[in-house]
Amino acid sequence: MIINAAKCVACGNCTYICTMGAIHIDHATRRATIDADTCVECYACYNGMSHEHLPAVLVRAVRGVLKLLRLRFEPEPDICPTAALEPDELVWPRIVRRAFSDPRVPHASTGVQGRGTEEVKTNDVSGRIQRGDVGFTIEFGRPGVGVRFHEIQLMTRALTAVGVSFEKNNPVTTLMSDPDTGSIREDILNEKVLSAIVEVKVEAGRTQEIIELVHAVQKQMNTVVAIGVGARCDEDGGETDIAGRLEHLGYRLERAKTNAGYGRITNELRGQA
Amino acid sequence: MTNTLHRYGNAESFDDDFVVFAMPSKGRSDEGCVPKMKRFLQMALPFGPVNLGDALHGGAFRPCKDANPAVHWQRDLTPDFQAVIDGVDAYTTVAAVFDQRDKAEAYMAAVKEADLGLCINISTSVEGGKRCCCAAGGARHSVGYSLGFEGATEKLPDDQVLTLTTMCGHGMVSAGFARKMVDWVKEDRRTPEQAAAYLAGFCSCGVYNPSRAKRVLEQAQHPSE
Repeated sequence: MIINAAKCVACGNCTYICTMGAIHIDHATRRATIDADTCVECYACYNGMSHEHLPAVLVRAVRGVLKLLRLRFEPEPDICPTAALEPDELVWPRIVRRAFSDPRVPHASTGVQGRGTEEVKTNDVSGRIQRGDVGFTIEFGRPGVGVRFHEIQLMTRALTAVGVSFEKNNPVTTLMSDPDTGSIREDILNEKVLSAIVEVKVEAGRTQEIIELVHAVQKQMNTVVAIGVGARCDEDGGETDIAGRLEHLGYRLERAKTNAGYGRITNELRGQA
Repeated sequence: MTNTLHRYGNAESFDDDFVVFAMPSKGRSDEGCVPKMKRFLQMALPFGPVNLGDALHGGAFRPCKDANPAVHWQRDLTPDFQAVIDGVDAYTTVAAVFDQRDKAEAYMAAVKEADLGLCINISTSVEGGKRCCCAAGGARHSVGYSLGFEGATEKLPDDQVLTLTTMCGHGMVSAGFARKMVDWVKEDRRTPEQAAAYLAGFCSCGVYNPSRAKRVLEQAQHPSE
């Protein structure tokens, strides 16, 4: 993302909007400025703000007069008055930032908007997580902290060291130079993204082992981690196996997403008709 | 995409937060999915959703890319549900957000009856999800638990701000903006309802719950009540 200096009137609205706190008002130039290393190209500023297309000269003049009078116009907080935010031409490896940070950009690997795969959300037709399995989504960087790939690599290498393999269609997996060791492409290791998700599936009996491993590795990381744990329910909709294991580890299970089981494989049915 | 899973709060705080979403499975149920997703959204309207969303085009609270200067004095912040329904034109995830359990349960029952073939999930408290599935006359198929936030949690904002930001699971609602809205509401510069609508506009898939945000902002405004 870039801010067109000819248009920017330094109103400051975008500085609050930035998910990474990468935008500030440069008092020397009197323009909003983006710290390119901190910016994750999430496009929240460009996509989320409303835009006016007022002439910058006019807005600066009005702001200047009000300032002289010690008055201040309180604009709507989500508007860029001069449409000064402009998408940049992103090239590799920086383009990876947007792929993992702007949820409207589908990953070429999964076709799914967002940072992971369908995981348990389509389990009723994919059958990815069976009874006796447990699926983990280990997410880094969210909310509002961000993560660099060299930190994620700490986790992926630790997971492969205990014989865990990754979901093949997951965007992080597709960026590994060697999935057998959990190594990620060297040219993206310093790229910062808003969040990234590593997905693995193991036998339910390894639940505690994986969580303890994540706990150990996250101490070496300078970001936040959010673990999601997916399980297949019994015929009657009950699920006590994985929940019991998690509660035994001290977790209070407050929130979940629940697959209601209404899905069907309609593509194949159509082909058979 | 775990965009509704890791909302901050305890189970009781999700009593006004029910996100029902539909997702075709790539290669399994995505053929002809557009009219089904439109129907899923249309069906929600009689049940009084507080937001609708399409992961590709956004939610019912949308920014305006050609705003008139009068917007600073006269702003329509009402959700545009029809724009979400009309905008669905390709494979995506669609969502309907409710702030009352009975509405979510009734909607889930209607969706089950419609037999769209799409994968239907509800994101709320563990018990709330179980009850909604049960009320709709079915058994849960799978469940994904949130274990909350760990690691460098000292980098996270305070509880109120975190509650507001994590309702956009993609992280498009910044802590800085949420904090600013809390301050503005406290200073009576905007109403909680207006501030909630501003926040919801940044959620790029329309799963933000403006009703829950309004409650949180009201609590910030009147902490002793």
